[in-house]
Amino acid sequence: MELSQKTIHEINDLLKKKEVTVTEVTQSVINRIDGVEGSTDAYLRLQSEEALHAAKVVDEKLKARKKKSPLEGIPYGLKDNLCTQGILTTCASKMLYNFNPPYNAHVYNLLIEEGGILLGKTNMDEFAMGSSTENSAYKVTRNPWDLNKVPGGSSGGSAVAVASNTAFFTLGSDTGGSIRQPASFCGVVGMKPTYGLVSRYGLVAFASSLDQIGPFTKDVEDCALVLNAIVGHDEKDSTSLNIEKKDYTKNLKQGVKGLRIGVAQAFFGEGLQTEVRKSLEDAIAIYKALGAEIVDVSFQYLDYALSAYYLISSAEASSNLARYDGIRYGFRAEEYDGLVDLYRKTRSQGFGDEVKRRIMLGTHALSSGYYDAYYKKAMQVRTLIKEDFDQVFKGCDVLLTPTSPTTAFGIGEKTNNPLEMYLTDIYTVPVNIAGIPGISIPCGLDQVGMPIGMQLLGPVLSEKTILKAAWAFENETNYKNIKAPLGREV
Amino acid sequence: MSLTREDVTYVANLARLEFTDAEVTALADQLGAVLDYAQTLSELDTSEVKATEHVLQLKNVFREDVVKPCLTNEQALANAPDSEAGCFKVPRVME
Amino acid sequence: MEYEIVIGMEIHVELGTKTKIFCSCPTEFGAEENTHTCPVCLGMPGVLPVLNEKVVEYATRTGLALNCEIAHYSKMDRKNYFYPDLPKAYQTSQFDLPICTGGVVEIDMDGVTKEIGITRIHIEEDAGKLLHESSEGTLVDVNRCGVPLVEIVTEPDMRSAEEAKTFAEKVRNILEYTGVSDCKMQEGSMRFDVNLSMREKGSTVLGTRTEMKNLNSFRALVRAVHYESKRQILELKKGHRIIQETRKWDDTKGTSSSLRSKEEAHDYRYFPEPDLVPIIIEKDYIAKIKADLPELPEAKKRRYIKEYKLPEYDAGVLTATGILATFFEDAVAVYNEPKQISNWLMVEIPPLLKEKELAMENISITPIQLVELLKLVKNNTISGTSGKEVLKVMFNTGKNPGDIVKEQGLAQMSDTVELEAIIEKIVAANPKSVEDIGSGSDKAYGFLTGQVMKATKGQANPQVANEIIRAVVAKHLG
Repeated sequence: MELSQKTIHEINDLLKKKEVTVTEVTQSVINRIDGVEGSTDAYLRLQSEEALHAAKVVDEKLKARKKKSPLEGIPYGLKDNLCTQGILTTCASKMLYNFNPPYNAHVYNLLIEEGGILLGKTNMDEFAMGSSTENSAYKVTRNPWDLNKVPGGSSGGSAVAVASNTAFFTLGSDTGGSIRQPASFCGVVGMKPTYGLVSRYGLVAFASSLDQIGPFTKDVEDCALVLNAIVGHDEKDSTSLNIEKKDYTKNLKQGVKGLRIGVAQAFFGEGLQTEVRKSLEDAIAIYKALGAEIVDVSFQYLDYALSAYYLISSAEASSNLARYDGIRYGFRAEEYDGLVDLYRKTRSQGFGDEVKRRIMLGTHALSSGYYDAYYKKAMQVRTLIKEDFDQVFKGCDVLLTPTSPTTAFGIGEKTNNPLEMYLTDIYTVPVNIAGIPGISIPCGLDQVGMPIGMQLLGPVLSEKTILKAAWAFENETNYKNIKAPLGREV
Repeated sequence: MSLTREDVTYVANLARLEFTDAEVTALADQLGAVLDYAQTLSELDTSEVKATEHVLQLKNVFREDVVKPCLTNEQALANAPDSEAGCFKVPRVME
Repeated sequence: MEYEIVIGMEIHVELGTKTKIFCSCPTEFGAEENTHTCPVCLGMPGVLPVLNEKVVEYATRTGLALNCEIAHYSKMDRKNYFYPDLPKAYQTSQFDLPICTGGVVEIDMDGVTKEIGITRIHIEEDAGKLLHESSEGTLVDVNRCGVPLVEIVTEPDMRSAEEAKTFAEKVRNILEYTGVSDCKMQEGSMRFDVNLSMREKGSTVLGTRTEMKNLNSFRALVRAVHYESKRQILELKKGHRIIQETRKWDDTKGTSSSLRSKEEAHDYRYFPEPDLVPIIIEKDYIAKIKADLPELPEAKKRRYIKEYKLPEYDAGVLTATGILATFFEDAVAVYNEPKQISNWLMVEIPPLLKEKELAMENISITPIQLVELLKLVKNNTISGTSGKEVLKVMFNTGKNPGDIVKEQGLAQMSDTVELEAIIEKIVAANPKSVEDIGSGSDKAYGFLTGQVMKATKGQANPQVANEIIRAVVAKHLG
């Protein structure tokens, strides 16, 4: 098997035994990029030369000592809304076409300290607004399982890079499902940690109270490794939790005997693709066989989550994106007549349609006369949804749901109907509203061979429990080894 | 409950965005559809419910009053589309 | 129809913290453009604010000094609007839950005490500066973005320009004492906006108000109030309605003009700031800040009158600023002559400060040095006149008064034996003067005194010399 096809922990074994070098590993991934990137277009920007150079430096260091951390010497990608000093950070928008940040995202600093090797910046929906990565101003990323289908969004590029083995792990961001849904569409592991666990400093803001950074990996053990590296308090982020650091790899393989796994009818309503339903039912049976206890749980307010989400996220986004005015950085319209026209032309030309749509929705929801009915109402409903989850988790340890109602849809299929696109987030959005953690792992394939993902959710700070449940399923099944057709090419 | 064209124009002005007539019509429909869907929220009695402003229970997160290095003028202006005399430049502002 | 002026004020005070409110850039005034910035105050993508703990402390102190309630729970909100001096396109401020509410400031109007209510005080960040020097555009300096402010909003309790001025001066006085700000109107660290409306005398309904900005001095404040009240009365008399608007005061022209150039009303779309968490203030925190409050001007003034037996006028002048009061108290602490110290501080020192373009805070002499000088004058080592000269030299050179007196040989001759000898000589040399005095002319005394001063190079103690001259002349006459 090609080195690029392996997981982080497999590579670490080989590195430890000195059977491979970091340079060989990195070269393998770069070769893979040369081979498949033309078809998948996961990356906006590649740093191949720099990566090889960095790999050589790490190899030198490893001659004198052991690896200082599990991610040292491991090539990875970053979603292009994570600021990287000296490397363009565009958020896949024309608005930031030339933005070179004079600072790093906190998580990038952490990965630099760990000794990871940055391969490049991955494609996304513009400013993280979208569910298909079709809203990128630069390119369309294609699903490696079927190049005519979307990879999901907004972290499509990050999902595809891991799915097509052009990175050992990537980081994405999740505001309403933007890690979990593409992970599900691309057959990889994607996790959104508890809100506040990972610093948001340097993550270009979409919806401040919902955004979280998280990993894409090839299996659950790798996910735990990456989580260990990026979780932690950051004094530059006032919403960053300051709690004792955990080792997410510890007790990962403990098993699920006695674990209470909740299943809610609300997630199995109509609109759920048949094969998705079947896979989840199979998953439930597998968990039963592994000794878990399946518990019926119910929600009162889940139906309202999507509306609350769109009102809150758009409102916060409308404010977060107001700073893009062509004055201090980024795109500026070429022709304008006076200051107000500068603002209008710059923002109308610099932003894509979906971004403008959300800004309009959010501005309206906050505006005079509408604040109480829309934004404030949504914030109150948010409380109800949080309490709903609190109540559910009294009766179970983790909640099992499908990640998305369907598998990946065709490129161009939903672009004309924004509301239909929004509805694909229906199972992922409540998680951000409540601030709880969630992971998506592969749990099957549909009739045309497209990956199906399932979600494991838990109460605040229950990452270890979720990972444990995820690993148990993964270990019992073989989905992690079923690679995308593009991924199978050697 | 659709949005009227006037609503769309008012909001566009607040957001410093401009649209063609056709776009205004499309937006009125699309946003109207989303808001219609969101109308379900009004079914809920939230009169006794406190709004969630932060999902975390954090409070009093402060920083010490200690000076740290700034960007140089060059660094601050490095990304500026237009600048002059060490400042960002915009069209004449009437005050 | 008699009209009554109704005035409320919004006072913006720049807090004197070392760093900005949400980032660690310095707040120092006068730096070169865009050299006190960082990604956070520049509003770059992905940055986040972190609240400066000193800002909460200073805001609490401000509230306590103005007799406000300090909120147990307060939060930050975003105020959204577009302007080139606002990098994030929103100002992080406080909307519905400010840090202080319900205070009061007493002012004294010709012996009558009046209470001016404080509605609220909230924390917010300052915007940048726009410079209009460019050929065909406007330049933006971000240095001031993020400098912490408190905004003090008063009840519409003032009824005249004089009340407004007295109140403004009082607030400035109090806040300067607390140390939260240097309160320099000319540097913009304290800005007064005046809300003014007119109504029929006796009515309890408020008229439509206008807001006036750009009042850079107390004088401008008074002039602006006079102008705007007259303008509104004229409009009302013509039957026009007052338009609620913001007006900019032009002190050179002595007029205000409307700033309402566009039709837009301000829809600020306030919502709670998601990047900052609530501020919880406990009772013991408030108690500590209260205990650490310095003695405030009113109390200090009363104490000066009682303890130092100073007239009210002196006490008022000395407590006008905390710095002057501290200088005075440092002097009195080592030299118990409060009236003498007060006289010199009120009369002799100000012209010297003005000449050297200094303020009390960078005065070039110390209280100890002043005391040394005053002692020399009090014990007649030097005359009062010489003392003033010595003070000038002290200002210019920073030398101690004792050294200056020695160097310039200014010590008064008070030695009666020495003086008698000199005076004897002079009186003997001027028989005509003696004759004149004998015939009743006192003018000759002046001449003789002049001669004595000349002979002693001005160092003769005038009182002692005069006594001896009279005695000697009397001897010659008798």
